[in-house]
Amino acid sequence: MTLNRRLKAALTVLTGVVLVAVYVPLALVMVNSFNVSRTFVWPPPGLTLHWWKVAFHSAGARHALLVSIEVALLATVVALVLGTLAGLGLRRTRFYGRHVVSLLIILPIALPGIVTGIALNNAFRTMLGLDLGFFTIVVAHATFCIVTVFNNVQARLQRVGASLEQASADLGAGPFTTFRLVTFPMLRSALLAGALLAFGLSFDEIVVTTFTAGPQVQTLPIWIFQNLFRPNQAPVVNVVAATLVLLSAVPIYLAQRLSGDVVTSTATP
Amino acid sequence: MATSTASAPARAPRPGRGSLLSRSEGARTGLLLLPPMLWLGVAYLAALGALFITSLWSQNDFTGEIERIWSFDNYRQMWEVPVYRTIAFRTIGIAALVTVIDAVLAFPVALFMAKVASPRTQRLMVIAVLMPLWASYLVKAYAWRGMFSEGGLIDWAGAPFGIQSPGYGLTATTITLAYLWLPYMILPIYAGLERVPDSLFEASGDLGAGSVTTIRRVVLPMAFPAIVAGSIFTFSLSLGDYIAVQIVGGTSQLLGNVVYTNVGSANNLPFAAAYATIPVVVMVLYLAAARRTGALENL
Repeated sequence: MTLNRRLKAALTVLTGVVLVAVYVPLALVMVNSFNVSRTFVWPPPGLTLHWWKVAFHSAGARHALLVSIEVALLATVVALVLGTLAGLGLRRTRFYGRHVVSLLIILPIALPGIVTGIALNNAFRTMLGLDLGFFTIVVAHATFCIVTVFNNVQARLQRVGASLEQASADLGAGPFTTFRLVTFPMLRSALLAGALLAFGLSFDEIVVTTFTAGPQVQTLPIWIFQNLFRPNQAPVVNVVAATLVLLSAVPIYLAQRLSGDVVTSTATP
Repeated sequence: MATSTASAPARAPRPGRGSLLSRSEGARTGLLLLPPMLWLGVAYLAALGALFITSLWSQNDFTGEIERIWSFDNYRQMWEVPVYRTIAFRTIGIAALVTVIDAVLAFPVALFMAKVASPRTQRLMVIAVLMPLWASYLVKAYAWRGMFSEGGLIDWAGAPFGIQSPGYGLTATTITLAYLWLPYMILPIYAGLERVPDSLFEASGDLGAGSVTTIRRVVLPMAFPAIVAGSIFTFSLSLGDYIAVQIVGGTSQLLGNVVYTNVGSANNLPFAAAYATIPVVVMVLYLAAARRTGALENL
């Protein structure tokens, strides 16, 4: 290494400053959830647990949370099936459409959310004559979640190669037996990582959701967004926000246990 | 033992064994790809196509019904009405600014992670960078609302230095967007720098280059494709964002707001569809340019 001491020190300091800037706003949300003041003046005039109690009993927030979990679970299941199929289908094949298929899978997330959102909104309403609601959110979310599963499956398949499956076939196992006893166990942690990302992506999504949810259904992000500007609800929103910050440690913990795969593939939003 | 494993891969599958699926690679690929391609083709490609078709239709101002008369009126309006032009250029400008800010902030952090930190610190740093990614998007935008608010943290911390919060507006929006997408820039650059072997640093030093020269002439050129890869995310995500600007932007409008208002309250879907082609065209051009740098292999 030829980076000299001064430069190393500068890099360390800069990194520290960026980290502080990253975490101060999150810490502020945490502290403000105990802030007595409804307008969050700083420093807080006093601390209270009152808002946490109010938030816990907020019917709107609880219902929205349930909807979000249901949507994310269903979208994840669809993404798991379609992403795995696509990953297996594109393996070891060099047909010319390969790049087109990968592009098609990544497109719903590569294009800005409003484009995906308005395209689906228009297709559901104008073209198919559907009413927006729970079902349309799930379809929309599944569409942009496929890529997370696909990426993880593809990376794993590339790494492990095909020799074990060939051995299984040589020993007389049919394709389904081979999938069940050899391929699936090899893929399991990659699938978990993909599912985790898909769930997180869906749970947090708001842009596409606002275009596909319709007026009746509220996911948690939509609930937060609609209550953000109401002075009465602001402290409750703050508690929900603080809870979500705390909960973000859960997937990180799971991802760490799942091996390094997750770390690199998270770079795809 | 050794002979059997050596001969096994070379042996072709015996005919008559296994189903059609295992025998014909092409048929299997087709069957596997059919469901995801049907889903994406029907639910997504068709939707994008329909969006473009809708942008060529028009809206009856009285009934609010969509009239299927073909014209380029929406596109003409987009270009001729000054406010729409301003908003489009403003959005592209902010997306570019956010990308530059993120690149400038992310590079030293990524370099620290890849080449200065100990393996243990490295692992912790990856977690520290990933963690905010999992914290809800809305929560992060909302957190900055608290930071910028009157009498909020920035006002309080800046008071001794005579610094004031910029208040809600485009500056606040730019800062918030840069904050939101920063991890998407750090991670690819970190991955790219990790692949640069230490021996290159030594070679550069042996040839007489100082640290700064090494970074400028060796590290930066090698990290460039990774920076471009990260910029695809920061640029695309900023281009389409219309939530953060509503939370910290005051009354400012970005491209996404125009689209959203025209889908919702203004109920002019054809115009919204036409306006939404701007980010698509911009992103296609951006991706085409990024492709030339080899950045797409860094995603």
